[in-house]
Amino acid sequence: MFHIANPNRFRKQAEQIQPWAAGVALATLVGGLFLGLFASPPDYQQGESVRIMYVHVPAAWMALGVYTLIAVASGLFLVWKYPLADVIARSAAPIGAAFTFVTLVTGALWGKPTWGTWWVWDARLTSVLVLFFLYLGYLALQNAFEDGPRGAKAAAVLALIGFVNVPIIKWSVEWWHTLHQPASVLRLGGPSIHPSMLLPLLLMATGFAAYFVALLFIRIRSALLLRKIRALRLVRAGAGTHSEEHPHPNP
Amino acid sequence: MKRFLLLLRRELKLGLRHANDSLSAVFFFLLAALLFPFGVGPEAALLARIAAGVIWVTALLAAMLSFERLFQTDYDDGSLDLLAVAPVPLEAVVLAKSIAHWLTTGFPLLVASPVLALLLQLPPQAIGTLMLAMLIGTPTLSCLGAIGAALVLGARRGGVLLSLLLLPLLVPVLIFGVAAVEAGAAGLDATPRLAALGGFLVLAGGFSPWVSAVALRQALE
Repeated sequence: MFHIANPNRFRKQAEQIQPWAAGVALATLVGGLFLGLFASPPDYQQGESVRIMYVHVPAAWMALGVYTLIAVASGLFLVWKYPLADVIARSAAPIGAAFTFVTLVTGALWGKPTWGTWWVWDARLTSVLVLFFLYLGYLALQNAFEDGPRGAKAAAVLALIGFVNVPIIKWSVEWWHTLHQPASVLRLGGPSIHPSMLLPLLLMATGFAAYFVALLFIRIRSALLLRKIRALRLVRAGAGTHSEEHPHPNP
Repeated sequence: MKRFLLLLRRELKLGLRHANDSLSAVFFFLLAALLFPFGVGPEAALLARIAAGVIWVTALLAAMLSFERLFQTDYDDGSLDLLAVAPVPLEAVVLAKSIAHWLTTGFPLLVASPVLALLLQLPPQAIGTLMLAMLIGTPTLSCLGAIGAALVLGARRGGVLLSLLLLPLLVPVLIFGVAAVEAGAAGLDATPRLAALGGFLVLAGGFSPWVSAVALRQALE
């Protein structure tokens, strides 16, 4: 995987993959939404409101997955100092925060008819709320420094510390038997939900993941381009005074 | 070891010389907690019910006021650069600073908490558990606070940012701290909750000097 650590090569690869990711996202989201909203049966207990699941669950998976990606990228950035890892982490963070927000909002919408309340201080809900604040803290810390690289490193450290919350969220429903139901798809012994619901759910999950990849690549490309523009500007600003010392400034 | 003690002495001296800062954290703790009887009404049963949570939350907020100074003053006047090149590991500097921070702010909070417990009608049998929980929990705050303070060094509006970064991480301490006190108030055995707090302290105490030192090196680069 290290040969794509070069930003330019990565950008070229990203340019090729991105339309594919967008296409997969469009196809699976359309298919998943059709199956989920029209072709799948209502739940015997929850009725029609179970259809919120097709958005809620993939969003929750993505919220955790993106944070994990950020933590891994931050680790790579801190240890091996790949500049690209930092760009990936930064570009992923707002998308992950948005997925977390969608999870919380759809969870509240689901909770009202199912549990009779918008919000309970259940272990799973609370830990996801904490995840949302971790995302916000990460984003705020990145942008809090005049000196860009300093913000990147501080935020990377924070992302690694905050990662302790991810396993807590994953297993919170097993450790504390509170209102939120336990895992029914990603569990030992296979999924416990009926194929007619599992198929649209998995389609939606694929769609969310592909959408994330497409969006991430757009953000990474624009971040790399912005970086290039800034470097070119610096070169131009310095050209008048230091042109002999740095004939080929390498950003 | 001798150098470590010297460092600790320096930090304590500095902390005592700025005793006003510690006192203001304690006063904030008392005042903020005493606003609750005005806010929710002076009914004794209600106050007894929320006392543990109020004390812990206000202690957390009071600690938040003091974290920013942990490295900021040394960073501003350049002593932090000197400490970084001194013949002691930066991790030891962080540890000394955290211990001194706890002795000058966490410990006064601990001492002030029985007063609040009485004023907030916490059942008397829970006061021992409260002090024990604070004794184990507040050093964890100092350790995590050191990480946060090192991360925001040189940031714009570091103080506000610090609370955004730290409060999510402090939630476990709050949960188990309050649970211990509530178990004490109900006459139950608080040991498992206190043991969990102890676990957090060991984790935070082990990782904090190391993580904070990484963050400090970045700030000094």
